[in-house]
Amino acid sequence: MAHVALADKGQELAHPKTWIGAYVWSQDHKVIGIQYIITATLVGLVALALSAMMRLQLGFPGVFDLIQPNEYYSAVTMHGMIMVVFMLTAFFLGGFGNLLIPLMCGARDMAFPYMNMLSFWVYLASVIVLCASFFVPGGATGAGWTLYPPQAITEGSAGSGMGIILMLVSLALFIVAFTMGGLNYITTAFQARTRGMTLMRMPLSVWGIVMATILGLLAFPALLVAAIMMLLDALLGTSFFMPAISDLGEVSSTTGGTPILFQHLFWFFGHPEVYIVALPMFGIASDLISTHARKNIFGYRMMVWAIIAIGGLSFIVWAHHMYVSGMNPYFGFFFATTTLIIAVPTALKVYNWVLTLWQGNIHLNVPMLFAIGFIFTFIHGGITGLFLGNVAVDVPLSDTYFVIGHFHMVMGVSPFLIVFGGMYHWYPKFTGRMLNDTMGKIHFWVTFLGTYAIYLPMHYIGILGVPRRYFAYGSLDSFPDSVHVINTSITIAALIVGTAQLLFIYNLVWSLFKGEKASSNPWRATTLEWQTPDTPPKHGNWGPELPVVHRWAYSYSVPGAREDFIPQTEEPSENTKGDVH
Amino acid sequence: MASSGQIADQGVVNDLVEDWSQDKEVFKVHWGKAMMWIFLLSDTFIFTSFLTGYMKIRASSTIPWPNASEIFALSFGGDPIPLILIAIMTFVLITSSGTMALAVNYGYRRDRGKTALFLFITAAFGLLFVGMQAFEWTKLIVDEGVRPWSNPFGAPQFGACFFMITGFHGGHVSGGVIYLTYVAIGVLNGRYEKKGYDIVEIAGLYWHFVDLVWVFIFAFFYLW
Repeated sequence: MAHVALADKGQELAHPKTWIGAYVWSQDHKVIGIQYIITATLVGLVALALSAMMRLQLGFPGVFDLIQPNEYYSAVTMHGMIMVVFMLTAFFLGGFGNLLIPLMCGARDMAFPYMNMLSFWVYLASVIVLCASFFVPGGATGAGWTLYPPQAITEGSAGSGMGIILMLVSLALFIVAFTMGGLNYITTAFQARTRGMTLMRMPLSVWGIVMATILGLLAFPALLVAAIMMLLDALLGTSFFMPAISDLGEVSSTTGGTPILFQHLFWFFGHPEVYIVALPMFGIASDLISTHARKNIFGYRMMVWAIIAIGGLSFIVWAHHMYVSGMNPYFGFFFATTTLIIAVPTALKVYNWVLTLWQGNIHLNVPMLFAIGFIFTFIHGGITGLFLGNVAVDVPLSDTYFVIGHFHMVMGVSPFLIVFGGMYHWYPKFTGRMLNDTMGKIHFWVTFLGTYAIYLPMHYIGILGVPRRYFAYGSLDSFPDSVHVINTSITIAALIVGTAQLLFIYNLVWSLFKGEKASSNPWRATTLEWQTPDTPPKHGNWGPELPVVHRWAYSYSVPGAREDFIPQTEEPSENTKGDVH
Repeated sequence: MASSGQIADQGVVNDLVEDWSQDKEVFKVHWGKAMMWIFLLSDTFIFTSFLTGYMKIRASSTIPWPNASEIFALSFGGDPIPLILIAIMTFVLITSSGTMALAVNYGYRRDRGKTALFLFITAAFGLLFVGMQAFEWTKLIVDEGVRPWSNPFGAPQFGACFFMITGFHGGHVSGGVIYLTYVAIGVLNGRYEKKGYDIVEIAGLYWHFVDLVWVFIFAFFYLW
């Protein structure tokens, strides 16, 4: 069947007639993106508060007495799950994905605006269910964010009743929401690009977000299946994951289940999940660095292929999370090898960022500070990842604070720095006002330096053998007393960094009313979202005609050009002939 | 020189990339169809996870797995015939794929009456399938005492896996029946006269996928 492409057809949009239609039940991708960002930020603040409670307990055991051991485990679990899934995944894909994909591709909206709206409301429901689990009898689940059975659903462990059930239901809802949103992101980027916008002219942000969405659509199914099985185990008394357990002389009614299966299903989701967060971070970092260094991104095609290669490889490394679960040494060898291989395209990206900076006309704007800070934290977290990918190094370090330090650097701090950088970068486009620069710089330096004050010592006490997930350490002979001093210092640093995030939130609200008015293209960037007729863009994004793209997204400092950037929409001229990619 | 061959090779790779990265769209199909393909890929991973999990559970079970040809046998007065019900169910579902294909064909010919007719027939076959599945479940639960947590024939995971996976598939079929009925009514009302009848094909993709998944479930549960 012959058909007309979406870009040629003119999309019929449901124009809202009421305030509620425009801002609450909105089908506009920008409003949905902002709704995602606000919800993810709020739930992220909950997770931040939980980490403050954990740190107070660890840094000053017995002083504050805010939480009991069970609540401590709930806090650990909820902090991890919220930050990874409900904050970062939702923020990058639901937030930045919604805001940027249609604008950067030159579409009027997502391909399926109604489904996009449903996606947000189901996501909100999943967040509400998750937060409700704090208030049920027994409290939120305390199984650790990996939710390993049998302990997660065995009576006696924290939140093993309603807590874990609500967590699983919430995850299932999140997956439904993500699927509805994700189908939109991929279909829009694949099928709804404007004239001239070839895949190899797309900004790397879109590449990263789209590839991450593909990973999500293929990885979340494993988590969904694991969640369904564990729900049946908890509610119906099946034995998918539950072996026969002898407890105080009583043998459980479950028999013959296999807890290892859960670990495989979980990590088949869990490892790609790392890259679901990382790929948008890579993409956005590339765009920030290129724009603020006024230089084309080094090795654009290489960057695209690296994103694709990392995406593919991320599906065959999962069992490096399970070395201590016991596995055939040949499998250990295989997964250690793939883990080292996936570092190659990742390292390639880091080199390309650094080479983009090299001899660039670097403007140390706030987004750029965050992007450069990200390069540091990412290299740091990435290299400790290589340590942990090797079986022989991983086994002694497993479940110590070294692991905590590693993954907070690589997929905690790094993506957050890019979330912040992206917010400082795109806030003017979507609100019409700049974020305050001074507050931004304070926010950056406290966060960036504070990060090292928190996580470097964690690597050190990890090597000393301090285990993770302990409520209190008491006086053990196995590690020196200095560990307690270090723990106190980490807590103080963490509280300072946490407070700095409140300054950021304050900045977001303050600038909305008092911020300096932004021009339509304050960073003098090339990509399509800065070329909209209105700032903030109206529903439908473009005027009567869709933009036409004539060049790639990185025409910075082109010799012979009038300015140091050429928008993607500008037609090729005699002076800049060589530039059109 | 060897370089000529190299240039040709690079040309092929570059051409391939250029072909796939053209502007406007990657796949020269209706965007709804592209979305359905992507969704089905994701759904494939759900069923793959289910069936892989089932294989792992069955492989690591210490108690012997029940014998499929005995449990799934049905007696019509005489000796029990192994797998007879499931054979009929499979036949019904495969046949419904045929009527679905006819509906797609008539849709593109804009023959609204026949399109709706074959959509309704397809939905009816789907309903028949779900009905027979309900019968099979009732027989297993009521007559033979198979429960998700235990059964008299062997490993307790047998019932758990069976009800979970066939239930998930049955849910897909039921959803499909509703979807097909919705589309069929729309076809009758002329809802798609302006937009075109791609939606029939898109619904068809989903339906064929549900059939295809059944083939795997059939093989894994009834033939293994």
